[in-house]
Amino acid sequence: MLRRRLNRLLGGDERRVDSRTIYVGHRSCSATEAFIPPKFCDNRIVSSKYTVWNFLPKNLFEQFRRIANFYFLIIFLVQVIVDTPTSPVTSGLPLFFVITVTAIKQGYEDWLRHKADNEVNKYLVTVLEDGGRIQKESEKIKVGDVVEVEEDETFPCDLILLQSSRDDDTCFVTTASLDGESNHKTHYTVPDTEKDLESLNATIECEQPQPDLYKFVGRMHIYKNDQEPTVRSLGPENLLLKGATLKNTQKICGVAVYTGMETKMALNYQGKSQKRSAVEKSINAFLLVYLCILVSKALVCTTLKYVWQSKPGQDEPWYNEKTQREKETNLYLKMFTDFLSFMVLFNFIIPVSMYVTVEMQKFLGSFFITWDKDFFDPEIKEGALVNTSDLNEELGQVEYVFTDKTGTLTQNNMEFIECCIDGFQYKYRDASSELDGFCVTDGPVSKLQQKAGREKEELFLRALCLCHTVQVKESAEQGQGQRDGLIDEVDGLGVDGEVVHPLQEQRGFIASSPDEVALVKGAMRYGFTFLGLESKTMKILNRNNDVEMYELLHVLNFDPVRRRMSVIVRSKSGDTLLFCKGADSSIFPRVRREEVERIRMHVERNATEGYRTLCVAYKILSAEEYAQADAGLREARLALQDREEKLMTVYNQVETGMSLIGATAVEDRLQEEAAETMEALQGAGMKVWVLTGDKMETAKSTCYACRLFQRNTELLELTVRTLEDGGRRREERLHDLLLEYHKKAVQDAPPVKAGVTRSWSSAGQDYGFIIDGATLSMVLNSSSESNSNRYKNLFLQICQNCTSVLCCRMAPLQKAQIVKMVKNSKGSPITLSIGDGANDVSMILEAHVGIGIKGKEGRQAVRNSDYAIPKLKHLKKLLLAHGHLYYVRIAHLVQYFFYKNLCFILPQFLYQFFCGYSQQPLYDAAYLTMYNICFTSMPILAYSLLEQHICMEVLLDNATLYREIAKNAMLRWGPFLYWTLLGVFHGLLFFFGVRFLFSNPALQDNGQVFGNWSYGTIVFTVLVFTVTLKLALDTRHWTWINHFVIWGSLAFYVFFSFFWGGIIWPFLRQQRLYFVFANMLSSVSAWLVIILLILLSLLPEILLVVFRKPRGPHARQIAAVTPLSYKHLKERE
Amino acid sequence: MVKEELANRPDNTAFTQQRLPAWQPMLSAGIVIPGFVIIGLAFIGIGVALFVTSQSIQLLELDYTGVEQTSPCFKCSDPNAKNCMCELTFSTDTLFKGPVFFYYGLSNYFQNYRSYGVSKDDDQLSGNLDNFKSPSDTCAPYEYDRNNKPFVPCGAVANSLFNDTFKLYQIVNGAKKVVPLDGKGISWWTDYNIKYRNPAVTPLKNAFNGTVKPLYWSKPAYELDPSDPANNGFINQDFLVWMRRAALPDFRKLYRRITDGDYAEGLPAGNYSLQIAYNYPVLSFEGRKKVVFSNVSWMGGKNEFLGIAYLVIGSLCVVMSVVMLIVYAKFKFPEEE
Repeated sequence: MLRRRLNRLLGGDERRVDSRTIYVGHRSCSATEAFIPPKFCDNRIVSSKYTVWNFLPKNLFEQFRRIANFYFLIIFLVQVIVDTPTSPVTSGLPLFFVITVTAIKQGYEDWLRHKADNEVNKYLVTVLEDGGRIQKESEKIKVGDVVEVEEDETFPCDLILLQSSRDDDTCFVTTASLDGESNHKTHYTVPDTEKDLESLNATIECEQPQPDLYKFVGRMHIYKNDQEPTVRSLGPENLLLKGATLKNTQKICGVAVYTGMETKMALNYQGKSQKRSAVEKSINAFLLVYLCILVSKALVCTTLKYVWQSKPGQDEPWYNEKTQREKETNLYLKMFTDFLSFMVLFNFIIPVSMYVTVEMQKFLGSFFITWDKDFFDPEIKEGALVNTSDLNEELGQVEYVFTDKTGTLTQNNMEFIECCIDGFQYKYRDASSELDGFCVTDGPVSKLQQKAGREKEELFLRALCLCHTVQVKESAEQGQGQRDGLIDEVDGLGVDGEVVHPLQEQRGFIASSPDEVALVKGAMRYGFTFLGLESKTMKILNRNNDVEMYELLHVLNFDPVRRRMSVIVRSKSGDTLLFCKGADSSIFPRVRREEVERIRMHVERNATEGYRTLCVAYKILSAEEYAQADAGLREARLALQDREEKLMTVYNQVETGMSLIGATAVEDRLQEEAAETMEALQGAGMKVWVLTGDKMETAKSTCYACRLFQRNTELLELTVRTLEDGGRRREERLHDLLLEYHKKAVQDAPPVKAGVTRSWSSAGQDYGFIIDGATLSMVLNSSSESNSNRYKNLFLQICQNCTSVLCCRMAPLQKAQIVKMVKNSKGSPITLSIGDGANDVSMILEAHVGIGIKGKEGRQAVRNSDYAIPKLKHLKKLLLAHGHLYYVRIAHLVQYFFYKNLCFILPQFLYQFFCGYSQQPLYDAAYLTMYNICFTSMPILAYSLLEQHICMEVLLDNATLYREIAKNAMLRWGPFLYWTLLGVFHGLLFFFGVRFLFSNPALQDNGQVFGNWSYGTIVFTVLVFTVTLKLALDTRHWTWINHFVIWGSLAFYVFFSFFWGGIIWPFLRQQRLYFVFANMLSSVSAWLVIILLILLSLLPEILLVVFRKPRGPHARQIAAVTPLSYKHLKERE
Repeated sequence: MVKEELANRPDNTAFTQQRLPAWQPMLSAGIVIPGFVIIGLAFIGIGVALFVTSQSIQLLELDYTGVEQTSPCFKCSDPNAKNCMCELTFSTDTLFKGPVFFYYGLSNYFQNYRSYGVSKDDDQLSGNLDNFKSPSDTCAPYEYDRNNKPFVPCGAVANSLFNDTFKLYQIVNGAKKVVPLDGKGISWWTDYNIKYRNPAVTPLKNAFNGTVKPLYWSKPAYELDPSDPANNGFINQDFLVWMRRAALPDFRKLYRRITDGDYAEGLPAGNYSLQIAYNYPVLSFEGRKKVVFSNVSWMGGKNEFLGIAYLVIGSLCVVMSVVMLIVYAKFKFPEEE
């Protein structure tokens, strides 16, 4: 039977029916069976990538898997093997440098991971073994060990709770670091286990490890003195998860069932894979193009060389005989080595330095995020943190934002705002107004300044005090004293609420939901204080300072389908009362019609303001009614089969015919500027999805509060509730709903105008989509493969047409699934995840960019994120200002780099046509090497660090500017083609300009002639000046650094050329450039041609800039990047 | 506490906050149009100056390859002809203003061939005696002769030294009057004085013991100029000119200047005869040889490209500024109101 149930629960997956059997304390269950300890993995967490032994080979292998590194390696090897025009040092040295630096960096990072792993793995835990307690390192825990955990410790592995120090065999656990729910959850020991764990003889049979945090199925066989073993079923309420923390319980004992990488926490972690930015993909694409250019250049040259040589007299003129070796070499081999030589000659078109510069830009650029004082939060005294600098530019490309709710959008800090009793609104204004703490604000006009009857008020407050599962915090020793003192004070001071409140507020409450605490605290402000639950008796301190006692008869627990909870209590006077609170939609049908209207208005208004509203109802149970309910409840509780369903039926029977007393409004305080941030993100064209593990109602109200859903947003709901409404099979219902929503949101939606991105303020109907975890898994794992794909597509299309999407009740891995699905959808949009808890880790890792919020508890998210910021509000600046600027900077950097190397190498290529395809370099080796390293690298680096084509304030004020660079706008093929053509144009100009000048090489006024190195030097001078000035032309933000670096590199070039040509260098074989530069400068013609070519190269650019000035109504927004419009933006300020 | 806060708080400097004071240039029409006009006018000015200068330069080119049968050097173009002399006559109608520069030119000759270019030993040429005995292997295949004796100077460049010689006569009343040719200062000053050095051995001949002259040379390096001992070895001016490799396959190199005596002011109108010792074979690779007489200006030899380019670009700039003015008058000004 268990098998069957297992099967059903696991969705019929036949492969995973295998269960594992665990011997508690490694004690054999029966004497007859030989005890064979089963093999399970150990409790070691491994997140590191390398060991000392495999570091070198593995790291080198991984580095050379990068297309660029491999390319440079090949070039280097060719230079070593073949006689090439340039020495192997020119490419070997930079490559070695890059590889070494990267290896050191990665080695260091892995060492940090090793350290972190060790910290977890070497943590000492107490294990009960052979009658004693043994301190063991965490990594040595084996499945079956009985582990003891004390308060505030985290569980070292997944445990089945066997024994708790609490009397009621429960323990409290917070899973904040797992799923983000910071409330305390109650877990239960396995019933009927013996107090003495030493003599416990039991086996546990449970399912194989699986990542769902909320699912666990197993059973425990307890053997007692050769009797037939007792069987107890185990559920998630018995399982303590690794990573969760024990609270309010002195110590517990549990048996390890899943260890190490098989724990649910570890299964929910995905390996931190190397994230690569879209820009890097663009670079690789461009790289391939340039590789093709390179190969074709080499091919053209090789072919032409042999065509040219086939003419008589050209192959081997008398003045240039071949060496013996050349003569002997096979023709095809010669052709091949010629091809390789050309490759080497032109290989500078793809420079190592680009990678170095890009890395440097990213590394140094990320400091500006760390340094930004706007990201500094005085509360936690920290600023932003950058874990990966590889993704800076991705921050400017985000299309989808996935945000966690609790702790990210909200502070997870509930506050009682107001209530409505019998149609009258009560707003709490700091206890200063009236004696009883009540004041009436805007009730219905006619009833202004009226209040509901005192009786109703008190009934309502009693309901708040009784209808909950809150427990009063049992503080530790000194807390105990304090609390006693407190109560004394309360008793003593009594009547005056003003004094009592601040003291009472310190009272700690524990509840499974923070709302309940807020309500109890709210009631306390109005004079009704919940004192605690002692042996089924609830004590309330009422307004008159009398203690009222109620016997708690039943708690009808909250569940997401019913969406309400009730308690049945018996007052001192003997009345049996049922108090019920729940969502309006679940309460209204169960109360009398006429009462609803009075309250509905308040509830709806509160809901749209983003408050979490609950309605409170009650009914007096007659003796018979109670007896019937009591019997029903007891019977259902004991049911072994379909217990849930049976309970539900009884609940529904009991909770009818109630009368509505009032409603409450609780605010989950939003993070500072949450709404503004969300608005800005949407204005910037990003779609915001809220992924939360929380309940739907809560999440929905948060969405309203953040203005993600607006008043006129039509909500499309796809949740367990809507699926069950139809009363048909879920699958069918899902199918229908998906089609219906698809029709609504996708097919009937007005076609989006080309070019205009849908904005949140556009006139069309806005849709919001809500889905929950259970439904999502139905969508994703539909029974048939074809359906699954179809549903997935429908779902995605609906989501993409909605302004906001809310996914609630998500398991951590489901969050990641959603992110992954969007990430891999058409157009592969760039996704960003932001969250604060460990439950967000998987989605943070999955998204292109993961942002961690430095929340108050848990650093899991921060550690796994790419960027961490103290508050949600910082996201706006991070994306709109930093992201935008980084993207523009790096895009320009990449394009410029390709451009400058194209016009660097093109003249060298053209020169081959004039030197008999002999691989004669046009430039001196020093120039070839230094061009990318010294002469032209610093200005672009400075540009890519400092450029602000639009200043930050404007970027922040106009979120729409973000759309201008959306979809990798500056690195598409269009701009790339433009830059490439520019490079070709410049290259042609440089070469042929000088070529025509050299039609008469007598360029000096003393009639002397210039040689080939002078030719190259003139071209090179024009080149260096042109590419530098081209950058100067593009620079919109000239700080002193830009000035220094741009003019500095030009000056350095001139200085270097003098220096390089001014000395006979003893280590050089050939003094090619001796005084070439100086002689060049003594020629007026050379000066004139240099000036001419530089100006001619830049003039079209200037013209283009002037004529590109956009016109029309959108000009001012679109023009963001062109210089002329910059003026407009400045003017608008 | 305060300290801790200070430690964590990012520095509030203009640099870290990306708020460095910055100059933000704007290319507006107001700057670009006048800029274009100024540049255009300046370029036209320079262009006119260049063009006029270039036009004023006199140039006389004489091909003496001897391909055509009518050419006086036809007989010498036969590769078997040894020590062949031929004579070219020409006349000038006006004074060829001095100083006149005498170039020789070769075409389809690839001095920029890579293997050719590297085939020399700069250490040897700077007078290092060790490299006399064992030249650098870059000199191959002109490193050692058959008897394994090193070539000095080694390498293809030196080996292929241009060895035609010229004598220029003015024909005055039927008699030949020698026009003195000045062979000094035709190479770069730094080449002659620093880069190329003879070994410090006197007489120079001794340094060359145990070496052989390059294959195609008729005289050893130390006997290149019997008239001037300072013009021998590696610092022979003709040798230096040759060693500076030409950039393109059609090139000219300075041979002599005419600066002395009666011809300091230039070559007067009249008839001239050029006597050529035709040694250098070019026909095997379809090359051409020529002599060029030219005077030079501040911009060097005659070169029309620069002047025309400046004129074209200058006028383009002016035209563009006019176009821009029209465009702006039509589209921009109403918008700005």
